[in-house]
Amino acid sequence: MMNSIGAAAVRAHGLTVLRGDRTVLRGLDFSVPPGQITGLLGPSGCGKSTLMRAVVGTQAKVTGTLDVLGRPAGDAALRARIGYVTQAPSVYDDLTVRQNLEYFAAVLDPGRARRDARAETVTRAITDVDLASHADALAGRLSGGQRNRVSLAVALLGTPELLVLDEPTVGLDPVLRRDLWDLFHRIAAERAATILVSSHVMDEAERCHRLLLMRDGRILADDTPDALRARTGSETVEAAFLHLVDQANALQESAR
Amino acid sequence: MTTRTPATPSATAPAAPAPVSAARTLATAARVLRQLRHDPRSIALMILVPCVMLFLLRYVFDGSPRTFDAIGASLLGIFPLITMFLVTSIATLRERTSGTLERLLAMPLGKADLIAGYALAFGLLAIVQSALATGLAVWALGLDVVGSAWLLLLVALLDALLGTALGLFVSAFAASEFQAVQFMPAVIFPQLLLCGLFTPRPAMQPVLEAISNVLPMSYAVDGMNEVLRHPDITGDFVRDTLIVAGCAVLVLTLGAATLRRRTA
Repeated sequence: MMNSIGAAAVRAHGLTVLRGDRTVLRGLDFSVPPGQITGLLGPSGCGKSTLMRAVVGTQAKVTGTLDVLGRPAGDAALRARIGYVTQAPSVYDDLTVRQNLEYFAAVLDPGRARRDARAETVTRAITDVDLASHADALAGRLSGGQRNRVSLAVALLGTPELLVLDEPTVGLDPVLRRDLWDLFHRIAAERAATILVSSHVMDEAERCHRLLLMRDGRILADDTPDALRARTGSETVEAAFLHLVDQANALQESAR
Repeated sequence: MTTRTPATPSATAPAAPAPVSAARTLATAARVLRQLRHDPRSIALMILVPCVMLFLLRYVFDGSPRTFDAIGASLLGIFPLITMFLVTSIATLRERTSGTLERLLAMPLGKADLIAGYALAFGLLAIVQSALATGLAVWALGLDVVGSAWLLLLVALLDALLGTALGLFVSAFAASEFQAVQFMPAVIFPQLLLCGLFTPRPAMQPVLEAISNVLPMSYAVDGMNEVLRHPDITGDFVRDTLIVAGCAVLVLTLGAATLRRRTA
Protein backbone atom coordinates (compact mmCIF):
# COMPACT_ATOMS: atom_id res chain seq x y z
CA MET A 1 0.00 0.00 0.00
CA MET A 2 2.83 2.36 0.91
CA ASN A 3 4.92 1.23 -2.04
CA SER A 4 3.00 3.46 -4.40
CA ILE A 5 4.61 6.51 -2.76
CA GLY A 6 8.16 5.20 -3.21
CA ALA A 7 10.73 3.84 -0.78
CA ALA A 8 9.72 4.52 2.83
CA ALA A 9 11.83 6.97 4.85
CA VAL A 10 11.39 4.80 7.92
CA ARG A 11 10.39 1.14 7.82
CA ALA A 12 9.92 -0.94 10.95
CA HIS A 13 9.19 -4.61 11.26
CA GLY A 14 8.75 -6.31 14.60
CA LEU A 15 10.31 -3.30 16.33
CA THR A 16 10.58 -4.02 20.04
CA VAL A 17 12.27 -1.93 22.71
CA LEU A 18 12.99 -2.89 26.30
CA ARG A 19 13.69 -0.38 29.04
CA GLY A 20 14.86 -2.20 32.11
CA ASP A 21 12.60 -5.26 32.10
CA ARG A 22 9.61 -3.32 30.74
CA THR A 23 8.62 -3.71 27.10
CA VAL A 24 8.01 -0.16 25.85
CA LEU A 25 7.43 -0.94 22.17
CA ARG A 26 5.80 -4.26 21.32
CA GLY A 27 6.66 -5.55 17.87
CA LEU A 28 5.69 -2.52 15.79
CA ASP A 29 5.22 -2.72 12.02
CA PHE A 30 4.87 0.56 10.20
CA SER A 31 6.43 2.74 7.56
CA VAL A 32 6.78 6.48 7.20
CA PRO A 33 6.40 7.79 3.62
CA PRO A 34 9.04 10.21 2.36
CA GLY A 35 8.46 13.93 1.85
CA GLN A 36 5.40 14.02 4.11
CA ILE A 37 4.54 14.99 7.64
CA THR A 38 3.72 11.95 9.73
CA GLY A 39 2.23 12.64 13.13
CA LEU A 40 2.90 10.30 16.02
CA LEU A 41 0.03 10.68 18.43
CA GLY A 42 -0.93 9.11 21.67
CA PRO A 43 -1.14 9.74 25.40
CA SER A 44 2.07 10.53 27.26
CA GLY A 45 3.93 7.40 28.27
CA CYS A 46 2.71 5.39 25.28
CA GLY A 47 6.22 5.07 23.82
CA LYS A 48 6.37 7.99 21.37
CA SER A 49 9.72 9.31 22.59
CA THR A 50 11.21 5.82 22.71
CA LEU A 51 10.12 5.21 19.13
CA MET A 52 11.72 8.47 18.04
CA ARG A 53 14.94 7.71 19.91
CA ALA A 54 15.05 4.33 18.20
CA VAL A 55 14.69 6.01 14.78
CA VAL A 56 17.47 8.48 15.60
CA GLY A 57 19.66 5.68 16.94
CA THR A 58 20.07 6.78 20.55
CA GLN A 59 17.86 4.10 22.10
CA ALA A 60 19.47 0.99 23.54
CA LYS A 61 17.91 -2.52 23.51
CA VAL A 62 16.21 -2.22 20.14
CA THR A 63 15.30 -5.47 18.39
CA GLY A 64 13.56 -6.22 15.12
CA THR A 65 14.15 -4.41 11.86
CA LEU A 66 14.30 -0.63 11.70
CA ASP A 67 15.52 0.95 8.47
CA VAL A 68 15.90 4.72 8.20
CA LEU A 69 16.60 6.37 4.82
CA GLY A 70 17.60 2.96 3.49
CA ARG A 71 20.08 2.12 6.24
CA PRO A 72 19.78 0.42 9.63
CA ALA A 73 18.81 2.97 12.33
CA GLY A 74 21.81 4.34 14.18
CA ASP A 75 24.16 3.87 11.21
CA ALA A 76 27.01 6.39 11.37
CA ALA A 77 26.27 7.61 7.84
CA LEU A 78 22.77 8.69 8.95
CA ARG A 79 23.95 11.08 11.65
CA ALA A 80 24.36 14.04 9.30
CA ARG A 81 21.09 13.30 7.46
CA ILE A 82 18.69 13.37 10.43
CA GLY A 83 17.66 16.42 12.45
CA TYR A 84 16.45 15.53 15.93
CA VAL A 85 14.71 17.64 18.54
CA THR A 86 14.36 16.14 22.00
CA GLN A 87 11.34 16.93 24.15
CA ALA A 88 13.33 19.17 26.52
CA PRO A 89 15.33 21.81 24.65
CA SER A 90 18.91 20.57 24.36
CA VAL A 91 21.02 23.67 23.87
CA TYR A 92 23.79 25.33 25.84
CA ASP A 93 22.25 27.89 28.20
CA ASP A 94 25.53 29.73 28.58
CA LEU A 95 25.94 30.40 24.87
CA THR A 96 24.02 32.85 22.71
CA VAL A 97 21.51 31.57 20.16
CA ARG A 98 23.97 32.19 17.34
CA GLN A 99 26.91 30.61 19.19
CA ASN A 100 24.82 27.49 19.86
CA LEU A 101 23.98 27.16 16.20
CA GLU A 102 27.53 27.91 15.07
CA TYR A 103 28.87 25.08 17.18
CA PHE A 104 26.35 22.49 16.02
CA ALA A 105 26.86 23.66 12.43
CA ALA A 106 30.61 23.13 12.82
CA VAL A 107 29.97 19.58 14.04
CA LEU A 108 27.78 18.87 11.02
CA ASP A 109 29.94 20.58 8.43
CA PRO A 110 33.44 21.11 9.86
CA GLY A 111 36.42 22.95 8.45
CA ARG A 112 37.56 26.47 7.74
CA ALA A 113 36.67 26.18 4.07
CA ARG A 114 32.99 25.72 4.93
CA ARG A 115 32.79 28.81 7.11
CA ASP A 116 30.69 30.91 4.72
CA ALA A 117 28.32 28.06 4.01
CA ARG A 118 27.92 27.56 7.76
CA ALA A 119 27.19 31.23 8.41
CA GLU A 120 24.46 31.02 5.79
CA THR A 121 22.83 27.91 7.20
CA VAL A 122 22.96 29.38 10.73
CA THR A 123 21.27 32.60 9.63
CA ARG A 124 18.63 30.65 7.72
CA ALA A 125 17.88 28.43 10.73
CA ILE A 126 17.53 31.48 13.01
CA THR A 127 15.15 33.11 10.53
CA ASP A 128 13.21 29.84 10.11
CA VAL A 129 12.29 29.79 13.79
CA ASP A 130 11.78 33.57 13.91
CA LEU A 131 14.49 34.31 16.47
CA ALA A 132 16.50 36.88 14.48
CA SER A 133 15.81 39.54 17.10
CA HIS A 134 17.23 37.30 19.83
CA ALA A 135 20.23 35.90 17.94
CA ASP A 136 22.73 37.42 20.35
CA ALA A 137 20.85 36.67 23.57
CA LEU A 138 22.04 33.89 25.88
CA ALA A 139 19.85 30.81 25.44
CA GLY A 140 19.47 30.58 29.22
CA ARG A 141 17.83 34.03 29.31
CA LEU A 142 15.14 33.12 26.78
CA SER A 143 11.63 31.96 27.62
CA GLY A 144 10.81 28.25 27.50
CA GLY A 145 9.13 28.55 24.10
CA GLN A 146 12.06 30.48 22.67
CA ARG A 147 14.55 27.88 23.93
CA ASN A 148 12.39 25.21 22.30
CA ARG A 149 12.76 27.08 19.04
CA VAL A 150 16.55 27.32 19.41
CA SER A 151 16.58 23.56 19.85
CA LEU A 152 14.43 23.23 16.72
CA ALA A 153 16.75 25.55 14.80
CA VAL A 154 19.68 23.22 15.58
CA ALA A 155 17.76 20.36 13.97
CA LEU A 156 17.13 22.45 10.85
CA LEU A 157 20.86 23.04 10.23
CA GLY A 158 22.40 21.38 7.23
CA THR A 159 19.12 20.57 5.39
CA PRO A 160 18.36 17.18 6.97
CA GLU A 161 16.41 14.64 4.90
CA LEU A 162 14.51 13.42 7.95
CA LEU A 163 13.35 15.59 10.84
CA VAL A 164 12.40 13.82 14.05
CA LEU A 165 10.60 16.27 16.31
CA ASP A 166 9.53 15.19 19.79
CA GLU A 167 6.64 17.42 20.86
CA PRO A 168 8.11 20.59 19.36
CA THR A 169 5.06 22.74 20.03
CA VAL A 170 4.52 21.97 23.71
CA GLY A 171 4.04 25.12 25.76
CA LEU A 172 3.84 27.44 22.77
CA ASP A 173 1.07 29.95 22.24
CA PRO A 174 -1.44 29.34 19.41
CA VAL A 175 0.09 31.90 17.05
CA LEU A 176 3.54 30.40 17.37
CA ARG A 177 2.16 26.90 17.01
CA ARG A 178 0.46 27.86 13.78
CA ASP A 179 3.69 29.49 12.52
CA LEU A 180 5.74 26.40 13.34
CA TRP A 181 3.29 24.07 11.62
CA ASP A 182 3.42 26.33 8.57
CA LEU A 183 7.19 26.03 8.74
CA PHE A 184 7.00 22.22 8.92
CA HIS A 185 4.78 22.19 5.83
CA ARG A 186 7.14 24.54 4.01
CA ILE A 187 10.14 22.35 4.89
CA ALA A 188 8.37 19.20 3.74
CA ALA A 189 7.24 20.86 0.49
CA GLU A 190 10.28 22.96 -0.45
CA ARG A 191 13.16 20.89 0.93
CA ALA A 192 11.50 17.51 0.25
CA ALA A 193 12.17 16.49 3.84
CA THR A 194 10.32 13.78 5.73
CA ILE A 195 9.00 14.90 9.08
CA LEU A 196 8.10 12.61 11.95
CA VAL A 197 6.50 14.74 14.63
CA SER A 198 4.97 13.66 17.92
CA SER A 199 2.25 15.38 19.86
CA HIS A 200 -0.33 14.56 22.43
CA VAL A 201 -2.50 17.45 21.31
CA MET A 202 -5.04 15.89 18.98
CA ASP A 203 -5.94 19.09 17.11
CA GLU A 204 -2.41 19.12 15.68
CA ALA A 205 -3.17 15.75 14.10
CA GLU A 206 -5.34 17.47 11.50
CA ARG A 207 -2.25 19.21 10.16
CA CYS A 208 -0.38 15.97 9.36
CA HIS A 209 -0.44 14.09 6.07
CA ARG A 210 -0.45 10.77 7.85
CA LEU A 211 -0.98 9.62 11.40
CA LEU A 212 0.38 6.87 13.57
CA LEU A 213 -1.89 6.54 16.59
CA MET A 214 -0.11 4.87 19.47
CA ARG A 215 -1.26 3.48 22.74
CA ASP A 216 0.57 1.40 25.30
CA GLY A 217 3.53 0.48 23.09
CA ARG A 218 1.38 -0.54 20.11
CA ILE A 219 0.17 1.20 16.98
CA LEU A 220 -3.61 1.52 16.93
CA ALA A 221 -3.89 3.02 13.48
CA ASP A 222 -1.69 4.05 10.57
CA ASP A 223 -3.67 6.16 8.11
CA THR A 224 -4.46 9.63 6.80
CA PRO A 225 -6.58 11.90 9.06
CA ASP A 226 -9.44 11.83 6.52
CA ALA A 227 -9.42 8.05 6.23
CA LEU A 228 -9.35 7.69 10.00
CA ARG A 229 -12.35 9.93 10.47
CA ALA A 230 -14.22 8.18 7.67
CA ARG A 231 -13.37 4.71 8.95
CA THR A 232 -14.55 5.44 12.48
CA GLY A 233 -17.41 7.71 11.47
CA SER A 234 -16.03 10.48 13.69
CA GLU A 235 -15.98 14.27 13.32
CA THR A 236 -12.43 14.77 14.61
CA VAL A 237 -9.23 12.78 14.92
CA GLU A 238 -9.63 12.96 18.68
CA ALA A 239 -13.00 11.24 18.45
CA ALA A 240 -11.52 8.69 16.05
CA PHE A 241 -8.71 7.98 18.49
CA LEU A 242 -11.12 7.51 21.39
CA HIS A 243 -13.27 5.23 19.25
CA LEU A 244 -10.23 3.08 18.43
CA VAL A 245 -9.17 2.96 22.08
CA ASP A 246 -12.62 1.79 23.12
CA GLN A 247 -12.57 -0.80 20.38
CA ALA A 248 -9.15 -2.08 21.51
CA ASN A 249 -10.34 -2.22 25.13
CA ALA A 250 -13.44 -4.14 24.14
CA LEU A 251 -11.31 -6.63 22.20
CA GLN A 252 -9.08 -7.06 25.22
CA GLU A 253 -12.10 -7.61 27.48
CA SER A 254 -13.62 -10.23 25.22
CA ALA A 255 -10.28 -12.02 24.92
CA ARG A 256 -10.17 -12.51 28.69
CA MET B 1 26.48 -3.86 22.79
CA THR B 2 22.94 -4.54 23.90
CA THR B 3 21.37 -4.28 20.47
CA ARG B 4 20.74 -7.49 18.59
CA THR B 5 19.60 -8.51 15.12
CA PRO B 6 19.16 -6.15 12.17
CA ALA B 7 18.66 -2.93 14.17
CA THR B 8 22.34 -3.12 15.09
CA PRO B 9 24.21 -0.32 13.33
CA SER B 10 26.65 -1.75 10.86
CA ALA B 11 30.23 -1.13 11.88
CA THR B 12 31.46 -0.92 8.32
CA ALA B 13 29.29 1.84 6.91
CA PRO B 14 31.01 3.27 3.85
CA ALA B 15 30.43 6.93 4.74
CA ALA B 16 31.31 6.51 8.43
CA PRO B 17 33.12 9.59 9.72
CA ALA B 18 36.72 9.32 10.88
CA PRO B 19 37.09 8.64 14.63
CA VAL B 20 38.90 11.93 15.24
CA SER B 21 38.41 15.11 13.27
CA ALA B 22 40.72 18.03 14.06
CA ALA B 23 38.14 20.58 12.94
CA ARG B 24 35.40 19.10 15.15
CA THR B 25 37.78 18.84 18.11
CA LEU B 26 38.79 22.48 17.71
CA ALA B 27 35.16 23.55 17.32
CA THR B 28 34.32 21.71 20.55
CA ALA B 29 37.24 23.28 22.43
CA ALA B 30 36.25 26.74 21.15
CA ARG B 31 32.67 26.12 22.25
CA VAL B 32 33.74 25.10 25.78
CA LEU B 33 35.91 28.22 26.06
CA ARG B 34 33.04 30.39 24.79
CA GLN B 35 30.79 28.94 27.47
CA LEU B 36 33.42 29.80 30.08
CA ARG B 37 33.75 33.32 28.72
CA HIS B 38 30.13 33.93 29.63
CA ASP B 39 31.03 32.95 33.18
CA PRO B 40 33.92 35.23 34.20
CA ARG B 41 33.42 34.53 37.90
CA SER B 42 34.29 30.85 37.44
CA ILE B 43 37.40 31.74 35.46
CA ALA B 44 38.50 34.18 38.17
CA LEU B 45 37.96 31.56 40.88
CA MET B 46 39.83 28.87 38.94
CA ILE B 47 42.81 31.08 38.31
CA LEU B 48 43.01 33.12 41.48
CA VAL B 49 42.21 30.61 44.23
CA PRO B 50 45.45 28.56 43.80
CA CYS B 51 47.48 31.78 43.89
CA VAL B 52 45.75 32.97 47.07
CA MET B 53 46.34 29.54 48.69
CA LEU B 54 50.05 29.63 47.86
CA PHE B 55 50.26 33.17 49.20
CA LEU B 56 48.57 32.08 52.44
CA LEU B 57 50.82 29.05 52.74
CA ARG B 58 53.94 31.14 52.29
CA TYR B 59 53.08 33.19 55.36
CA VAL B 60 51.71 30.25 57.36
CA PHE B 61 55.25 28.82 57.12
CA ASP B 62 56.82 32.24 57.57
CA GLY B 63 59.34 30.85 60.08
CA SER B 64 60.34 27.74 58.08
CA PRO B 65 60.90 28.45 54.37
CA ARG B 66 62.11 24.82 53.86
CA THR B 67 58.64 23.51 54.68
CA PHE B 68 57.11 26.00 52.27
CA ASP B 69 59.44 24.73 49.52
CA ALA B 70 58.35 21.11 49.97
CA ILE B 71 54.63 21.71 50.44
CA GLY B 72 54.48 24.56 47.92
CA ALA B 73 56.01 22.45 45.15
CA SER B 74 53.65 19.56 45.88
CA LEU B 75 50.66 21.88 45.86
CA LEU B 76 51.66 23.32 42.49
CA GLY B 77 50.96 19.83 41.20
CA ILE B 78 47.83 19.22 43.24
CA PHE B 79 45.89 22.45 42.58
CA PRO B 80 45.49 21.99 38.83
CA LEU B 81 44.43 18.38 39.37
CA ILE B 82 41.68 19.32 41.83
CA THR B 83 40.42 22.36 39.90
CA MET B 84 40.25 20.54 36.58
CA PHE B 85 38.61 17.53 38.23
CA LEU B 86 35.81 19.70 39.58
CA VAL B 87 35.35 21.81 36.47
CA THR B 88 35.32 18.84 34.10
CA SER B 89 33.06 16.62 36.18
CA ILE B 90 30.42 19.36 36.50
CA ALA B 91 30.75 20.51 32.88
CA THR B 92 30.34 17.04 31.40
CA LEU B 93 27.57 16.20 33.83
CA ARG B 94 25.73 19.30 32.62
CA GLU B 95 26.29 18.11 29.09
CA ARG B 96 24.67 14.79 29.97
CA THR B 97 21.70 16.21 31.89
CA SER B 98 20.91 19.04 29.46
CA GLY B 99 20.44 16.58 26.59
CA THR B 100 23.19 18.20 24.53
CA LEU B 101 25.32 15.06 24.87
CA GLU B 102 22.56 12.91 23.38
CA ARG B 103 22.14 15.46 20.60
CA LEU B 104 25.89 15.56 19.87
CA LEU B 105 26.17 11.78 19.83
CA ALA B 106 23.26 11.63 17.37
CA MET B 107 25.31 13.97 15.16
CA PRO B 108 28.50 13.10 13.28
CA LEU B 109 30.72 13.88 16.28
CA GLY B 110 33.28 11.29 17.35
CA LYS B 111 33.53 10.51 21.05
CA ALA B 112 37.25 11.23 20.78
CA ASP B 113 36.43 14.66 19.28
CA LEU B 114 34.33 15.53 22.30
CA ILE B 115 36.85 14.32 24.85
CA ALA B 116 39.83 15.85 23.08
CA GLY B 117 37.88 19.10 22.75
CA TYR B 118 37.24 19.21 26.49
CA ALA B 119 40.83 18.23 27.31
CA LEU B 120 42.13 20.93 24.96
CA ALA B 121 39.94 23.71 26.37
CA PHE B 122 40.57 22.88 30.00
CA GLY B 123 44.24 22.18 29.22
CA LEU B 124 44.59 25.77 27.95
CA LEU B 125 42.96 27.04 31.10
CA ALA B 126 45.29 24.84 33.16
CA ILE B 127 48.31 26.36 31.40
CA VAL B 128 47.21 29.84 32.45
CA GLN B 129 46.44 28.69 35.98
CA SER B 130 49.70 26.76 36.40
CA ALA B 131 51.83 29.48 34.84
CA LEU B 132 50.42 32.10 37.19
CA ALA B 133 50.74 29.87 40.28
CA THR B 134 54.25 28.70 39.39
CA GLY B 135 55.40 32.23 38.54
CA LEU B 136 53.98 33.59 41.77
CA ALA B 137 55.56 30.83 43.86
CA VAL B 138 58.99 30.98 42.28
CA TRP B 139 59.44 34.70 41.77
CA ALA B 140 57.26 36.47 44.28
CA LEU B 141 57.09 34.01 47.17
CA GLY B 142 60.68 32.77 46.93
CA LEU B 143 59.94 29.06 46.41
CA ASP B 144 63.42 27.58 46.22
CA VAL B 145 63.58 25.19 43.25
CA VAL B 146 66.90 23.65 42.22
CA GLY B 147 65.56 22.45 38.85
CA SER B 148 63.89 24.41 36.08
CA ALA B 149 60.58 26.17 36.66
CA TRP B 150 59.55 24.96 33.18
CA LEU B 151 59.61 21.39 34.46
CA LEU B 152 57.32 22.39 37.33
CA LEU B 153 54.96 23.79 34.72
CA LEU B 154 55.14 20.59 32.68
CA VAL B 155 54.18 18.44 35.66
CA ALA B 156 51.42 20.88 36.61
CA LEU B 157 50.02 20.60 33.10
CA LEU B 158 50.05 16.81 33.13
CA ASP B 159 48.31 16.92 36.51
CA ALA B 160 45.64 19.18 35.03
CA LEU B 161 45.13 16.69 32.22
CA LEU B 162 44.83 13.88 34.77
CA GLY B 163 42.26 15.95 36.68
CA THR B 164 40.28 16.49 33.47
CA ALA B 165 40.41 12.76 32.74
CA LEU B 166 39.27 11.77 36.24
CA GLY B 167 36.48 14.35 36.20
CA LEU B 168 35.21 13.12 32.86
CA PHE B 169 35.25 9.52 34.02
CA VAL B 170 33.52 10.23 37.32
CA SER B 171 30.78 12.34 35.70
CA ALA B 172 29.42 9.14 34.14
CA PHE B 173 28.61 7.82 37.60
CA ALA B 174 27.03 10.96 39.00
CA ALA B 175 23.32 11.54 38.49
CA SER B 176 23.38 15.14 39.71
CA GLU B 177 25.74 18.03 40.37
CA PHE B 178 25.29 17.25 44.05
CA GLN B 179 26.72 13.76 43.58
CA ALA B 180 29.47 15.02 41.30
CA VAL B 181 30.79 17.33 44.00
CA GLN B 182 30.69 14.44 46.48
CA PHE B 183 33.01 12.49 44.20
CA MET B 184 35.76 14.94 45.00
CA PRO B 185 36.24 13.75 48.59
CA ALA B 186 35.84 10.16 47.38
CA VAL B 187 38.36 10.30 44.54
CA ILE B 188 40.72 13.12 45.45
CA PHE B 189 41.02 13.13 49.26
CA PRO B 190 42.47 9.62 49.66
CA GLN B 191 45.08 10.48 47.05
CA LEU B 192 45.78 13.76 48.82
CA LEU B 193 46.39 11.95 52.12
CA LEU B 194 48.58 9.27 50.57
CA CYS B 195 50.52 11.27 47.99
CA GLY B 196 53.36 12.19 50.32
CA LEU B 197 52.25 15.74 51.02
CA PHE B 198 51.91 15.16 54.77
CA THR B 199 54.59 12.49 55.34
CA PRO B 200 57.11 10.97 52.96
CA ARG B 201 55.47 7.88 51.46
CA PRO B 202 58.14 5.39 52.66
CA ALA B 203 57.36 6.43 56.27
CA MET B 204 53.73 5.32 55.97
CA GLN B 205 52.28 2.02 57.17
CA PRO B 206 53.41 -0.50 54.48
CA VAL B 207 49.87 -1.27 53.29
CA LEU B 208 49.20 2.45 52.79
CA GLU B 209 52.52 2.87 51.05
CA ALA B 210 51.57 0.04 48.67
CA ILE B 211 48.25 1.73 47.97
CA SER B 212 49.98 5.07 47.40
CA ASN B 213 52.19 3.32 44.84
CA VAL B 214 49.21 2.75 42.55
CA LEU B 215 47.62 6.21 42.93
CA PRO B 216 48.59 8.66 40.19
CA MET B 217 48.75 11.75 42.43
CA SER B 218 51.72 10.18 44.30
CA TYR B 219 53.75 10.36 41.10
CA ALA B 220 52.64 13.93 40.46
CA VAL B 221 54.01 14.95 43.85
CA ASP B 222 57.16 12.82 43.42
CA GLY B 223 57.82 14.51 40.10
CA MET B 224 57.47 17.96 41.64
CA ASN B 225 59.90 16.99 44.40
CA GLU B 226 62.44 15.73 41.83
CA VAL B 227 62.43 19.18 40.21
CA LEU B 228 62.66 20.78 43.63
CA ARG B 229 65.84 18.89 44.55
CA HIS B 230 67.72 18.16 41.33
CA PRO B 231 69.17 20.63 38.81
CA ASP B 232 68.77 18.24 35.86
CA ILE B 233 66.05 15.95 34.53
CA THR B 234 66.47 12.73 36.51
CA GLY B 235 65.43 9.24 35.52
CA ASP B 236 62.88 9.27 38.33
CA PHE B 237 61.42 12.50 37.00
CA VAL B 238 60.97 10.99 33.56
CA ARG B 239 59.35 7.90 35.09
CA ASP B 240 57.00 10.02 37.25
CA THR B 241 55.85 12.22 34.38
CA LEU B 242 55.34 9.22 32.13
CA ILE B 243 53.21 7.52 34.78
CA VAL B 244 51.05 10.64 35.26
CA ALA B 245 50.65 11.08 31.50
CA GLY B 246 49.92 7.36 31.06
CA CYS B 247 47.25 7.45 33.77
CA ALA B 248 45.66 10.51 32.16
CA VAL B 249 45.46 8.77 28.77
CA LEU B 250 44.14 5.56 30.35
CA VAL B 251 41.42 7.37 32.30
CA LEU B 252 40.49 9.47 29.23
CA THR B 253 40.02 6.23 27.30
CA LEU B 254 37.86 4.82 30.10
CA GLY B 255 35.95 8.11 30.03
CA ALA B 256 35.33 7.70 26.31
CA ALA B 257 33.93 4.24 26.99
CA THR B 258 31.34 5.76 29.35
CA LEU B 259 29.93 7.88 26.51
CA ARG B 260 27.26 5.72 24.93
CA ARG B 261 25.51 6.65 21.73
CA ARG B 262 22.64 4.38 22.67
CA THR B 263 21.21 4.72 26.15
CA ALA B 264 18.19 3.28 27.94
